Amino acid sequence: MTKDTIYNYTLHLADNALILAQRNSEWCGHGPVLEQDIAITNISLDLLGQARSLYQYAATLMNELNATPLPKGAPIANGEGQAGLATEDSLAYLRDVRAYKNCLLVEQPNGDWAQTILRQFFFSTYQFFLYQQLQRSTDATLAAIAEKSLKEVTYHLRWSSEWVIRLGDGTEESANRLLNALDELWMYTGELFIPASYETAAVEAGAGVDVTALKTHWQQRVNEVFAEAMLTDATAGRESTWMQHGGKEGVHSEHLGYILAEMQYMQRVYPGCEW
Amino acid sequence: MKTTENISVRKVWEILEGVCDPEVPVLTVIDLGIVRDVKIAKANEEEKIEVVITPTYSGCPAMDVIRMNIRMVLMQHGYNNVQITTILSPAWTTDWMTEAGKQKLKAYGIAPPNPKQQVCHTELFAEDEAVQCPHCNSYNTRRISEFGSTACKALFQCNDCQEPFDYFKCY
Ligand SMILES: [Zn+2]
Repeated sequence: MTKDTIYNYTLHLADNALILAQRNSEWCGHGPVLEQDIAITNISLDLLGQARSLYQYAATLMNELNATPLPKGAPIANGEGQAGLATEDSLAYLRDVRAYKNCLLVEQPNGDWAQTILRQFFFSTYQFFLYQQLQRSTDATLAAIAEKSLKEVTYHLRWSSEWVIRLGDGTEESANRLLNALDELWMYTGELFIPASYETAAVEAGAGVDVTALKTHWQQRVNEVFAEAMLTDATAGRESTWMQHGGKEGVHSEHLGYILAEMQYMQRVYPGCEW
Repeated sequence: MKTTENISVRKVWEILEGVCDPEVPVLTVIDLGIVRDVKIAKANEEEKIEVVITPTYSGCPAMDVIRMNIRMVLMQHGYNNVQITTILSPAWTTDWMTEAGKQKLKAYGIAPPNPKQQVCHTELFAEDEAVQCPHCNSYNTRRISEFGSTACKALFQCNDCQEPFDYFKCY
């Protein structure tokens, strides 16, 4: 098993969590009611915490890989910090769009509340089954992070499932909004189950989760919740939808650049600043 | 040798009793159960203290402050060589909280976590086990929101005295 594989795999998990955290945090102060504003930002905080644990681990791996420090002024697009050493911050703030390995789903715009809810529901369902398996990883650090995070994700899954039902089985308007969200987001769900090269390598090493095997669980859970949300017909015939992919390999939609521009601004303009 | 070492380890645990959670200041880090281990190693005539802690929630913003406060209080007692290690496994649950901690929470107006693990399932719209109102002790309460003022709490309201309250959620 190469460290490089685990590094890329960890970075992918971290990027998913960070970008969704960043998206959800855009709701801070704008939630439909105070309690739900607090809920979505709490979820954001959980995801940010998961991202930090993962970036810290990725930084350790990267520094072991680059045992010889990079020369001064070396390119920073790969996330090396000032002394050539990676840190959780350099990985988050100093990598460019193409170096990000998150799936396309998490970078999609918030849209209305229904779109944010549906994005969270799709992703939490995926993350729930993923972390369940990752707890048994042969990589002790990844297993520990998964074990810790799964408790949080269980809350996210419950909360977002209940909201899908509330909206789908609510008023005509709420159901329509959810249907619109489904039209927007469905094409980004396929990528979750198409393994990137480092995912396949991580599975072979015993450290990663085979995402192709998660699809049935994911689909079943989505069907159950959609049935309660009176949306059974809505997914019919969507199996043949063209699925967008590429994010996990660094080919992103136009949205990620804007997210990073805002998120990385301070570190780009005032390198190394702390407060 | 063993005896002196044990005494200093115990001393460090006592000192840590003085470090409080910045978000729930009635609880010490010992009450919360986030200190997993204290180790003392001797190197070059100098004692090195390692404090092993675990976060309550991955994103708990209090952890950085707690880490700093542990370092500060040990420095005040003359221990300068301190290493703080964070471990994630086994993951923290509310079962790690001490009985004393639960009593302090209630006195502070926050309902302490129920003893049974009950939230780690995905059943929808499930009713929580009765949570006792910390103000009037009624069990006739309802959940307002699963997410409260901090990641570790949920929002409840008492149907009898009508007071809203935080519940340190079982986890
Ligand atoms: Zn009451």
